Amino acid sequence: MNKETLSGYKGDALQALKKAGAEIGDILRVTKDDRTYEGILIPRSENGNHKHIVLKMRNGYNVGVQITPTTKIERIGVGAKPTFQPPPLPKQKENLPKVAILSTGGTIASRVDYRTGGVRPALTANDLYSVVPELADIAVIDAEIVFSLFSENITPKHWTEISKNVAKHIEKGKSGIVIAHGTDTLGYTAAALSFALQNLPVPVVLVGSQRSADRPSSDAATNLLGAVQAAATAPFAEVVVCMHESISDEAIVFHRGTKARKCHTSRRDAFKSINALPVARLRDGKLSMLVEDYNKRESNRKLVLKPDFDEKVALVKFYPGMNPKTIDWHVENGYKGIVLEGTGLGHVGNHLFPAVRKAIEQNVIVAMASQCIWGRLGMTVYDTGRDLLAMGVVPLDDMLAETALVKLMWVLGQTKNTDEAKRLLKTNIAHEFSPCSMYEEEKQYDD
Amino acid sequence: MTIDYAKVGLKAGLEIHQQLNTSAKLFCNCPPKLFTEEPTITFLRRLRPTQSELGQIDPAAFFEFQKGVKILYEANNETSCLVEMDEEPPHQLNPEALEIALLVGLLMNAKPIDEVYVMRKTVIDGSNTTGFQRTCVVAMDGEIMVKDKKIPIQHIGLEEDAARKTGEEGNVIRYRIDRLGIPLIEIATAPVIYSPKEAEEVALAIGRILRATGKVKRGLGSIRQDLNVSIPNGALIEIKGVQELELVSVVIEREVERQLNLIKIKEELQKRTIKKEELKEEFSNVTPVFQQTECKVIKTALSKGKQVFAVKLPKFTGLLKKELTTGIRLGSEMADRARFWGKVGGIFHTDELPAYGITKEETEKLKKTMNATDQDAVVFVADSKGNAFDALKAVAERAREALEGVPEETRAANPDGTTRYMRPRPGAARMYPETDVPPIQVKPEYLAQLRSQLPELPEQKMQRLMMDYALNEKLARQVLDSEYSQLFEVIVQNCGVSATTVAVALTETLKALKREGFAVENVSDEQFIELFRAVGSGELAKEAIPDVLGWLAKNETATVAQAVENLGLGTLKPEELERIIDDAIRDNAALVKERGTAAFGALMGIIMKQARGKAKAESVSELLKKKLKQFA
Ligand SMILES: [Zn+2]
Repeated sequence: MNKETLSGYKGDALQALKKAGAEIGDILRVTKDDRTYEGILIPRSENGNHKHIVLKMRNGYNVGVQITPTTKIERIGVGAKPTFQPPPLPKQKENLPKVAILSTGGTIASRVDYRTGGVRPALTANDLYSVVPELADIAVIDAEIVFSLFSENITPKHWTEISKNVAKHIEKGKSGIVIAHGTDTLGYTAAALSFALQNLPVPVVLVGSQRSADRPSSDAATNLLGAVQAAATAPFAEVVVCMHESISDEAIVFHRGTKARKCHTSRRDAFKSINALPVARLRDGKLSMLVEDYNKRESNRKLVLKPDFDEKVALVKFYPGMNPKTIDWHVENGYKGIVLEGTGLGHVGNHLFPAVRKAIEQNVIVAMASQCIWGRLGMTVYDTGRDLLAMGVVPLDDMLAETALVKLMWVLGQTKNTDEAKRLLKTNIAHEFSPCSMYEEEKQYDD
Repeated sequence: MTIDYAKVGLKAGLEIHQQLNTSAKLFCNCPPKLFTEEPTITFLRRLRPTQSELGQIDPAAFFEFQKGVKILYEANNETSCLVEMDEEPPHQLNPEALEIALLVGLLMNAKPIDEVYVMRKTVIDGSNTTGFQRTCVVAMDGEIMVKDKKIPIQHIGLEEDAARKTGEEGNVIRYRIDRLGIPLIEIATAPVIYSPKEAEEVALAIGRILRATGKVKRGLGSIRQDLNVSIPNGALIEIKGVQELELVSVVIEREVERQLNLIKIKEELQKRTIKKEELKEEFSNVTPVFQQTECKVIKTALSKGKQVFAVKLPKFTGLLKKELTTGIRLGSEMADRARFWGKVGGIFHTDELPAYGITKEETEKLKKTMNATDQDAVVFVADSKGNAFDALKAVAERAREALEGVPEETRAANPDGTTRYMRPRPGAARMYPETDVPPIQVKPEYLAQLRSQLPELPEQKMQRLMMDYALNEKLARQVLDSEYSQLFEVIVQNCGVSATTVAVALTETLKALKREGFAVENVSDEQFIELFRAVGSGELAKEAIPDVLGWLAKNETATVAQAVENLGLGTLKPEELERIIDDAIRDNAALVKERGTAAFGALMGIIMKQARGKAKAESVSELLKKKLKQFA
């Protein structure tokens, strides 16, 4: 008997179950004092205590039974292992556009094992067709599992890997690429791909969901269908993030990879385009462009892949009373770039000036973005801003702090020359800078 | 039809859902209350049936999804937050609600669960924004005694109430989410109830125990009884949402009657030797028959470009109009199905024609078109081809089921005690764990503490009501069974009004007002207390209580003072009363002269006409007697 057959159980509970020869999925009868419970043995959460076992009773409810020295456990039935019998797959239409769906860990489709309560992700093309059959009317799917990670565990190395995978599928002639990704760091990955995948011939659409795919109310299927439709037919060829526009299941919007930010912990419309309009909106099956200046789909265009990132870059948020040693530490530990998330128009307290100056003298690129999230820097307005500029701090205008971090990593992955790096950092590569701050852009955030 | 239920072999079980009067909802901090104003927030959703590991999807749910059914949710900030909108994970299970459920469990001798797990029960009709209802079992294997019979209580659970349906337009269903998340306690009995009357007694007994906690909501909709009813050769039918206790027995009576008549129809169909294969899903376009029709429904449909489609039910003539139970015919059962599956407004059938503006000629022409003989019935609908075909398919299916007797299905209770088709019976409970809410351990020390503070049981309370408040047995029982038993004691202890007056007002008076159509559940505890304070202090005569309650029922947010002013009530000042009496004696001087003090009765009647509700009858009679003596 190994760990898997009694997953999650420890201590007294594990001993008692072992003694009874029970495995997960077996039907047990547990007698304790004057009561008897009968049900299927369910795995226990890793963080649960060592004293209870969990049974799923015939009426479908789970109950936890505390094991005492007098508790009797009998195994009265062997668990039947669930065998998945998928419904017939929808018919493939070979003349439809071909779309790759790369999964990185965001569960965009899943099914529930009501017998044990387990939720299993659907990852292969057939799984996806089976759970979201409408996909078959939009595109021919080529599904690939790149890795299975919670998005907070994704690093710049993974951005590189995803970029190369996208390039491979574009090479194979796909009409578009969909990347399923957990939402927490989806914005960072989107920015990274925006820089790594240049001269795109087709759209690259990152998609996530804010409600898990096992629930009927999930936004996952709607978002996935929107993402696949855009990948297959949208007129733009850019890296975008595809999510709900509001809390209704009505419209899907496509945010630019460099401008998308997760702004809410739980809402379906958590992602917003910051200091920019979304690129397009999909409503009632129709996609409409919201911007005029975009890179158009052109399947003959040759992709330029620049997948390297230098991880020795930090995003440092300034706060009142911040210790300047925070900056020193990064310099001493070999960091090549620091993005300061300053206050307001682009400020940090003047007690940090010596540390900033020292960093720049040691050829560390120090850039500035604002912690206000919305708006543009204005570092020539006050003395503090002017002083920082004089030291050589690079102002990043209306660029998102997170995008600034990713861009500096990418820039230092392309060149080690400080002047060249600064020039690249200030060059608008993937719409990370907006030429004007438009009033209209803010209107979308009004409720 | 009188039925010998023992002979019929009736078996019924109850599942009682009662809203708890907690300060917050079950999984968030919103107040558990409803709103009547226009919603300030609306959002549109679709629910997608989740596939199970076995590849199965609930057929009814998938059908609704394919039809493109959308749900428009209505909300406001006062009654719901992001949790109800399914935009934020649930908070922890409300400990106040859990405690009430555990108390009820202990009162019913049930065994509390060591570690309580919140589950997700798939519900995809839109009544839950998540697509599932959060529910948990708190205690199991209890029992209560009802008329010396042991009624096993299978489980005591806690679950979130659903959103309430506010409308349906085309394929958009509207739900209001104010009710969503209000804690409900669920009590399920074993199916050991053998007569409608017994069901009502069991429901009453459970209601008494629930009220004993003092923590349950009152008023229409705060308690809902689900019933499962079966008879041999019939089927196990689940009936949802019986809102009034008095209806429990009626619903069971009607259901048994319905099943018995369906069995009769089955026997008749066997006699007529119909085979399932003969009931084909072949639909004909019969629009030409109705080109000149005077039938308004069909005329309107045709003007909107819809068409008329029909299906033949061979050898079914006469059976569609056969009454199953009051107001329900086999035809109406088919219409229910057609409405559910086809989203049509209704169906027509030859058993009821000519009628509705459809002439005899049209009926004949229709039968001819359909090659129907006098043995056959024809069912038709006027709608789009898609809807009409779905509707007629459902009709044919229901006809085939009639060959088997009673189809298993979930039905919903109507306010008159009849029931209607709600949906096919769901398969095995589709439950899986609510992983967002951690399991709750119920510790022995906590249970010991609860055991030491159990509320008194109904029978003990009955004794105490009679002893402490000197109520007679009838009044005491009425108070015990009333939703106001808690409030009764508060009022008697605080307002200085006699217990009997309060008891009569809270039971008989309210019942009478309700019968007259007053929405007395609108009167709040605060308004009751204010009213009895006024009576206790002599500002208001107790005779005015019914009028004030009636007025308050219509004016939810008003004060008692406003009621008194609007009704022209209030106690007369001594000098005002004296003037009324003096006027009466003067106006009837001849009578007084003739009869002396014996004129009392006649005068009293005249005076009370003006003073009712404004002066105590005792004070009037006292003063009148004094005055008459002066004249005599
Ligand atoms: Zn709430």
